[in-house]
Amino acid sequence: MGTGETIVFWVSGTLAVIGALGMVISRKAVHSALFIALTMINLAVLYVANFAPFLGMVQIIVYTGAVMMLFLFVLMVVGVDASDSLIETIKGQRVAALLMGIGFSVLLIAGLGNGLMNTTSVGLDAANSAQGGNVEGLAFLIFTDYLIAFEVTAALLITAAMGAMILTHRERWYPRRTQRELSEERFAAGEHPGQLPPPGVYARHNAVDTPALLPDGSTSSLSVPDPLRSRDDVREVNQDDLDEIRQLSAGASTTEENDR
Amino acid sequence: MNPANYILLSALLFSIGAIGVLVRRNAIIVFMSVELMLNAANLAFVAFARMNGNLDGQVVAFFVMVVAAAEVVVGLAIIVTIFRTRRSASIDEPNLLKY
Repeated sequence: MGTGETIVFWVSGTLAVIGALGMVISRKAVHSALFIALTMINLAVLYVANFAPFLGMVQIIVYTGAVMMLFLFVLMVVGVDASDSLIETIKGQRVAALLMGIGFSVLLIAGLGNGLMNTTSVGLDAANSAQGGNVEGLAFLIFTDYLIAFEVTAALLITAAMGAMILTHRERWYPRRTQRELSEERFAAGEHPGQLPPPGVYARHNAVDTPALLPDGSTSSLSVPDPLRSRDDVREVNQDDLDEIRQLSAGASTTEENDR
Repeated sequence: MNPANYILLSALLFSIGAIGVLVRRNAIIVFMSVELMLNAANLAFVAFARMNGNLDGQVVAFFVMVVAAAEVVVGLAIIVTIFRTRRSASIDEPNLLKY
């Protein structure tokens, strides 16, 4: 292990542990997902440092690319604010679990550290260059010694995809409602069944704050959008113009206004 | 410094994942902790491959990744289905088998 790798190990290792701790500690599930994404990216760096460039790339593509995005997607479906319940089903379970977890980690690390103290590392230089490179070496192994496991993996992936489709499939328990049924329901509700009248269109204004004219010359306040109506921003209709229109439609040849 | 340090780091990450599974109640976070444990095991495989000087450990790590991807798909589908019927993502909620 050279100096460069030592630096990589301590930086990436520390970041990975920070990400893992943040994942367990943070209250919001989205923060947990982002923390574990950090851990996975740093693990990819550590794979590359361990002479496994192919696995490093696969780690980034499969884990941070696909798996974490799937996690985030499901978080959005399930509800981002779905936080932990504080009720303990078993009394003292949290504290006991924490103590046992810490004890487990101490035991594991002490045991492994003790056992691995005087091991020597062979290194992968010979194995990686035997077939011409890391990817070639992995391909050689996968398609010779591990061929059956590889084939079974394909069956597993197809089964998993089928399982996901069957599990998330929603059965239609009642027949699809027809347009007639929807329409009858709308009328039975007793509210305004159709669309509201559109805003008025005059020669000078076609803005939405112009109310529509009813046949008797009054205006319909329903034709102006709610926010404008609540702000009293409805444009006034010029009564003189209306009278003029009435005269014209009653048969008057011209009006004084037009003579000028 | 020798590559055994990677094994120790992997043990640490595995323990953090185990604590997460035991302590958290949100099904999705429990699931992420399981993923962390799988990743820690992968790191151990890669480091062991290097220490033993052959690529079999990396092949196994590759298979672990495939199985983990399949497991995530099915597990998340189960979580979505439970959420749809029980309106909750807490792992304390589905206790109907108790009665």
